[in-house]
Amino acid sequence: MIQVLFFAQIRELLGTAKVEHCADNIDTAETLRVALAATDDKWEKVLTSDKLLVAINQTMSQWDSPVNDGDEVAFFPPVTGG
Amino acid sequence: MNNQIMVRVHTEDFNVADEYALLACDNQDGAVVNFVGKVRDFNDGSAVTDLTLEHYPGMTESVLMQISEQACERWPLNKVTIIHRFGTMSLGEQIVFIGVTSAHRKAAFATCEFLIDFLKTKAPFWKLEAGDDGAKWVEARDSDQQAAKTWQK
Repeated sequence: MIQVLFFAQIRELLGTAKVEHCADNIDTAETLRVALAATDDKWEKVLTSDKLLVAINQTMSQWDSPVNDGDEVAFFPPVTGG
Repeated sequence: MNNQIMVRVHTEDFNVADEYALLACDNQDGAVVNFVGKVRDFNDGSAVTDLTLEHYPGMTESVLMQISEQACERWPLNKVTIIHRFGTMSLGEQIVFIGVTSAHRKAAFATCEFLIDFLKTKAPFWKLEAGDDGAKWVEARDSDQQAAKTWQK
């Protein structure tokens, strides 16, 4: 399984902070995003935002970065700390 | 040189005098530079009454440690302290502390600015501002991205 985390507006819009997703047919951050976006219209809209960022195992990653079974993948908007 | 890096992420406030005392106790350092970021009363023209910071536990600490290590490779430093709070904070409260020590001021000033510019664009924190028109998530600024880019060699 892949542990999927959502933060800030993304968490709020989806109404969930964490889901588990089956690792079958998932090989990159992009394939995971597309699989999650297929959930329904709301998920499609939120997860296809061009500002969305992705971290794999707590490291900022690219959409073509590999995702494996057991990974933690987080989706979030641009950061605004400081 | 063995750098002394301290990274803390918590809800409690910090005391600048205590942090300064910890940073300033080495006689090899001729310069101590501190930066404190606070909750201000307006953003993009709207009044702000309080601020809630969300973060990604684990990743936040590791990003802050990475940018501190990057700074230590780039400048001749002794100590680096980064403290960032999360949770809800009122107007005027302290959000972030950056403290740097070095033999000379130029490295300390440059590192302090480098660290806040990198923190703002790389550390997974998000601000939710509450004001008279309700709560809204703060939008990332292009000017912050530009500031971080100026440090690229």
